Amino acid sequence: MRQQLEEIKEKTKKVLEENFNSEELNDLKVKILGKKGELTTILKEMGKVSAEERPVIGQLANQVRDELQQVFAEKQQEIKNKELENKLKEETIDVTLPGREMKKGSIHPITKTIMEAEDIFIGLGFEIAEGPEIETDFYNFEALNLPKDHPARDMQDSFYITPEVLLRTHTSPVQIRSMIEKKSEIPLKIICPGKVYRRDDDATHSPMFHQIEGLVIDKNIRMSDLKGVLLTFAREMFGTEQKIRLRPSFFPFTEPSAEVDISCVMCGGKGCRVCKQTGWLEILGSGMVHPNVLRYGGYDPEEVSAFAFGMGVERIAMLKYGINDLRLFYENDVRFLSQF
Amino acid sequence: MNLSYKWLKEYVDFDLTPETLAEKLTSSGIAVEGITNLSEELSDIVIGEVISCEQHPNADKLSLCKVSDGQGEYPVVCGAINVAKGQKIVFAKIGATLPGDFTIKAAKLRGVDSEGMICSAKELGISSEWLLPEQRDGILVLDTDAPIGSDAIAYLDLDDYVMELDLTPDRGDCLSLINVARQVAAITGSRVRFPDIAFNEVITESDKGIDIKIEAPEDCPRYVGKIVENIQVGPSPFWVQNKLRNAGIRPISNVVDVTNYVLLELGQPLHAFDYEQLQGQQIIVRRSKKGETIVTLDEQERTLDDTMLLICDAARPVAIAGVMGAENSEVTEKTQTVLIESAYFNPVSVRKTSTKLGLRSEASARFEKGINYEQTKVAAQRAAQLLSEISSAIPHESETDVYPNPIERARVSLRFTKVNQLLGTSLTNEEIKDILKSLQLEMVEDNGDSVIFQIPAFRPDLRIEEDLIEEVASIFGLENIPVTLPYGDTHKGARNTEQKIRTRIFEVLKAAGANEIITYSFINRNHLDKILLPENDLRRNVVEVLNPLSEEQGVMRTTLIPGILDNALRNHNRKSENLLTFEVGKVYYKNGFPEKTELPEEEMKLSVFGRGRMAGDWKNKAEEIDFYYIKGMIDALFSSLKINDIEYVPANDSGEYHPGRCAKILLGGTFIGYIGELNPKVADNYSLSGRNYMAELHLDTIITSCEEKISYRYLPKYPGMNRDLAILIDDQIRAGQIVETIEKTGGELLRNVEVFDLYQGAQIPEGKKSIAFSLQFQAEDRTLTDDEVSIIIEKIKQVLEETFAAKLRD
Ligand SMILES: [Zn+2]
Repeated sequence: MRQQLEEIKEKTKKVLEENFNSEELNDLKVKILGKKGELTTILKEMGKVSAEERPVIGQLANQVRDELQQVFAEKQQEIKNKELENKLKEETIDVTLPGREMKKGSIHPITKTIMEAEDIFIGLGFEIAEGPEIETDFYNFEALNLPKDHPARDMQDSFYITPEVLLRTHTSPVQIRSMIEKKSEIPLKIICPGKVYRRDDDATHSPMFHQIEGLVIDKNIRMSDLKGVLLTFAREMFGTEQKIRLRPSFFPFTEPSAEVDISCVMCGGKGCRVCKQTGWLEILGSGMVHPNVLRYGGYDPEEVSAFAFGMGVERIAMLKYGINDLRLFYENDVRFLSQF
Repeated sequence: MNLSYKWLKEYVDFDLTPETLAEKLTSSGIAVEGITNLSEELSDIVIGEVISCEQHPNADKLSLCKVSDGQGEYPVVCGAINVAKGQKIVFAKIGATLPGDFTIKAAKLRGVDSEGMICSAKELGISSEWLLPEQRDGILVLDTDAPIGSDAIAYLDLDDYVMELDLTPDRGDCLSLINVARQVAAITGSRVRFPDIAFNEVITESDKGIDIKIEAPEDCPRYVGKIVENIQVGPSPFWVQNKLRNAGIRPISNVVDVTNYVLLELGQPLHAFDYEQLQGQQIIVRRSKKGETIVTLDEQERTLDDTMLLICDAARPVAIAGVMGAENSEVTEKTQTVLIESAYFNPVSVRKTSTKLGLRSEASARFEKGINYEQTKVAAQRAAQLLSEISSAIPHESETDVYPNPIERARVSLRFTKVNQLLGTSLTNEEIKDILKSLQLEMVEDNGDSVIFQIPAFRPDLRIEEDLIEEVASIFGLENIPVTLPYGDTHKGARNTEQKIRTRIFEVLKAAGANEIITYSFINRNHLDKILLPENDLRRNVVEVLNPLSEEQGVMRTTLIPGILDNALRNHNRKSENLLTFEVGKVYYKNGFPEKTELPEEEMKLSVFGRGRMAGDWKNKAEEIDFYYIKGMIDALFSSLKINDIEYVPANDSGEYHPGRCAKILLGGTFIGYIGELNPKVADNYSLSGRNYMAELHLDTIITSCEEKISYRYLPKYPGMNRDLAILIDDQIRAGQIVETIEKTGGELLRNVEVFDLYQGAQIPEGKKSIAFSLQFQAEDRTLTDDEVSIIIEKIKQVLEETFAAKLRD
């Protein structure tokens, strides 16, 4: 009987070296270890073994059964792994095929630039003010210290609706309207984004374009504050390395006035074609609000001071996105728009 | 204006390269746009004399010259016809370089040695624009006193840098060398040198006199006339020509050149009359009469109105004051005596006149910005002096100066604290005073905390305290002002509700796959016809632009449709057939303007447009854009704005839409816009083939009725129940009607009804459609039973049968 047990163990191990699928393995397992299996059949002969040998044989029988069960389990695992492997192999897909097409819309680069600038100024405590695009001469010019005979009116050739009403040439009239609405309350911190119109149409001028102007009125507003706010804006818009440079200039509505340059976004200030080798790019006009303008807005220039600034959105967008042709903004070619 | 670096040095000493000077001027408020080095490509060019000139032995058109440079003599073959013995010329020796990377080498020309070149002006890089007519062809012949052997580049003032100034309107003073020199002096701490005015010879007695009468002293506060006799009109010497040329003014003749010289030097425009042509020895300054005419120097007859200022003699107008002289008294070759006019005209008057006449000149550009009213007489004297220096002219000893009401210099007070308060600086009182004094402002009162400055006549732009603060800032340097942020009450910045909603609309439409476009606010009026607006449509009530650039931009839009259609066509022409676009922008209505309202009405609108297909891919077929696609977008928009009370009502009253495929959109019963297919006739007018869909909504109404806050609805505690219902129904009955009926009948347990299938075709009788709904039931307080839902379903079925003769399908 001992020999029988040894034989069945060796035989089964040998058989298992061959290839099976899991079904065949199961059949074999039943044939050997099942209730009517070979091992059970042998064990039924246990009664014939002498009482002295019985414990020894019994122990051996258990040992053989455990060993075979172990071998079957291992084989089972092996087959399972192999089968899974084959299954995964069969399921291979072409991962280089393009992904499913998603709907992709876009926000116009002008709107996008305005929104980004708005977010920056909101972070600095500004509110957003809006006003009519068709304006009176008073709000567009006169209240901005540009009386009828002022030579600086030549700087802005305007579209007129009547001799007293025109398409606004800048968003500054919104500042006046906001001041009057605020009834000399302080602080007043607003930016005014929007469309503006000038009678110019060529490669570098569009008869309609966009501006963002800003105004801060409070007690003790200083030109140094203007520098701080604009530096913050430049850095958030164009990068933390940005520097700004102020050059004296002239605007009828500010005194002192300054043009503001940022370090060239193309070359970082080393000098290139875009910045005409100067390392600087002019992006906005600014200054301390002229006392006449404050008075028109209902504020006392002896009580408060203010700074204002204004920039062309197209210019900012062109610099930010590397757009080289102004006309692209109003052609609205979807191949252009889809890039934003 | 073009500023000559070399000429500037005659009025102020400074030790700055052109580049550094440009930087300093720019940072002090006089912007230098560019610098041109006139001698960049020139070297080793000297003044030579032609000592002999003979016919070239082997060539008819060439001359064989001997040129002396004072040290040696060189054979030179020259092709110019104007070369002649005895001429002083510009000689480029062997090794000299000329513009265009051109180096002179020894050469043999038709068998004869040539060791250098006699230069023409063009070869020196001088454009013929700046030359006298006789200098434009052939070699450049120099003045007879030109020193042989010396540097021709210096002689021709080509050793100069031309600085292009981009002056702001308030700094008209720097349209003159003397005032730029003053600015330089302030920057560098140096002093200005005013030209010495002295005469070798003057006429003390003459029968030639002038009587000057100012009849319009408001427009002409001061008028000086100076007579110069014994004139011989001819070319100016090179030193005068050179300076004008470098400043960008063409030399003409000694008399004209001198007036321009003083214009550039002192900023005082002058006019020279041929004295003999002036009738009655008289100058009368008066307003013109309406319709009066004058032929100006440019041979144009000008018709004047009664606001313009004229300079007249006893009989007729001889100049438009400050703008241009008349042909009738022009200086000619025959002129022997001139009257030099130096005047101060009212800036506004000159500006108005030159604008009305469309006539701008170097003179008017200066007058209209306000010139130095104290320099009037000196300028006339300076011109007389220069004329006598460069020609045989002899000036009268005295001049007539009519100045009935001398202008007082302005006084401006300044508080030191205000300077630092406005700039954010901490300048001392002394520093502030020093800066202003360096600009030649005279301190006339010192009150400790504040001072009063008298403003010199050459700075009419300085009028108020802030003007002085600006000067302090400019000279101190804006780069030296610290960088701070506003302090004090801070409040939180934010978009207002309306702006937030608008931002959300952009996001939703972008997510829906649409591209935002921005089109012009003005359109061609013919668009209103092209989109078939009825005659009485409110959108025909357009605001017109008085002075449009073209008819294309003739009126302000009352609808966004034309812009979006034009754009569709442009994209179609560029082979972008599939389009989904939107625009948010204003439209403008005339309404009561200008009779009843101050301004036209403005309204924010939203347009959406689609044609072709949405993006498809290798797996899923591209989805076609149709009415329901656009409707889906609009619905998504409303749903994201938490707007529920929307109704679509079939409409056929708007010309731009397909009459069978258009709906009015009502929000809480209020009309907010149309949605539909573009009327094929309109599509045709825009050459848009295929089907096009669009919607245009009144954004303002939507925004006011939209809830910004999202209020969360609790998820149901008990399970709900879904039932489907399919019916066969007459084709004419709209889904909206059926849904409405189901909703009404279903009661409050019916939470939602959705159309999930629509079928027509095989197995469906003609004129019928099969439509299926998914109904969702839900109770707040219990689990619904099959039975109670079945009862409701039965009731709905019954009502549908009764109302629409609907037949149930399984
Ligand atoms: Zn650059």
